[in-house]
Amino acid sequence: MPRHLIDITDLTTEEIDGLIATAEDILDRPDAYQDVCKRKQLATLFFEPSTRTRLSFESAMLSLGGNVLGFSSAESSSTAKGETVTDTVHTVSCYADIIAMRHPKEGAPFAASQVSEVPIINAGDGGHNHPTQTLTDLLTIHRERGSLSGFTIGFCGDLKFGRTVHSLVNALSRYTGIRYIFISPLELKLPRYVKEHALKQRNIPYEQTTDLSAVMPELDILYMTRVQKERFFNEEEYLRLKDSYILTPAKLSDAKPDLSILHPLPRVNEVSVAVDRDPRAVYWKQVRYGKYIRMALIMFLLGLTPPPVTTSLP
Amino acid sequence: MNIDSIQNGVVLDHIQAGKSMVIYRYLHLDALDCSVAIIQNARSDHMGKKDIIKIDTLMDLDLDVLGYFDANITVNIIRNGELAEKKRLELPRKLVNVIRCRNPRCITTAEEQLDAIFLLSDPERHTYRCAYCDTATDKTFPNMGK
Repeated sequence: MPRHLIDITDLTTEEIDGLIATAEDILDRPDAYQDVCKRKQLATLFFEPSTRTRLSFESAMLSLGGNVLGFSSAESSSTAKGETVTDTVHTVSCYADIIAMRHPKEGAPFAASQVSEVPIINAGDGGHNHPTQTLTDLLTIHRERGSLSGFTIGFCGDLKFGRTVHSLVNALSRYTGIRYIFISPLELKLPRYVKEHALKQRNIPYEQTTDLSAVMPELDILYMTRVQKERFFNEEEYLRLKDSYILTPAKLSDAKPDLSILHPLPRVNEVSVAVDRDPRAVYWKQVRYGKYIRMALIMFLLGLTPPPVTTSLP
Repeated sequence: MNIDSIQNGVVLDHIQAGKSMVIYRYLHLDALDCSVAIIQNARSDHMGKKDIIKIDTLMDLDLDVLGYFDANITVNIIRNGELAEKKRLELPRKLVNVIRCRNPRCITTAEEQLDAIFLLSDPERHTYRCAYCDTATDKTFPNMGK
């Protein structure tokens, strides 16, 4: 049975730490990794649109010396003819060595993992899970803070449908000394099952508020999210909630000087473009780190080990 | 009210009052040739009222499914007119094609050929979660699946 990554809980804490260590090694010496996946093929099966995730997977595989194939919308696959997701994945698993898939339906990657002969990476399934974004977030926090422990993190925006938030809370709950503050409109609060599963069962305290300004001075990390139109059945509700939090330079006046502002992107208007110039905005670095953690993940799931460090002779 | 005792068969006792027909339909007891007695609202010291199903033949029952419907049901196996075995039920850790996910965003609602798989997530609250999308089941008596 191949190893898959469907949910961040599929990885042990030691495995996550290992992936972060590998990604940081790739950042230090990318040339050493350029042929690690030579003659390997990654299939990117994207049944809904994506810019960052698909291209970062493809860039990751190409940087490892491998090749990529796939499609970027359901319309350009046999799904348009009525083929089931499991039949599509079963077919592609006959060609590729590893598959990264995004699908609008929740649980589609799990269904795929039941029939695939090669590793499946969940590249996002509706509002459910997005584990490689979580790995990206963890690497970013580790790079910024030097550790995955001992900080106050505020999650702001759509915490109800924000799959990146659910996965990141789940992953961080394994580490110690983290204070959680959830900032959202009442209608978009973190779901009860996430709080119970990730926090209450581990006796981890958390706070909930609707007021970002009130908690801003306490934050070491601010994780902003977009209110996602595609997650709403009711457009009126989306329009009412979409501008609940807009981060501007003025709102950062009370923030700590070493705050790190993360965002899984894409953004609409919840983070003003003027904030990009603030050195505390690290979401563009986060995009870059996404490629390196995916390189580490592809290697891990293919059973490939990092190349040894060689020291040149004097 | 008298129901003839059975010589070789199965008695499902301590069924929550009013739920015997759900069990009857799920176990497809209507397809059996033998006698099947459904006793509703029988007096019970412990439950006040209960339902009982008597099946006049020995048959294999899916105890996991029965345990999911109602873990308080007792399964009595009768051989030669004597109680040969009394089975207590437990909540099963996994359910396959017993209930369907009610989340409209779940892949199993779009592709019905997929097995509906649920995993026990909270034994105290009898909560199961869809293995695909993590949606929890209702705590009420479950609807039948496909």
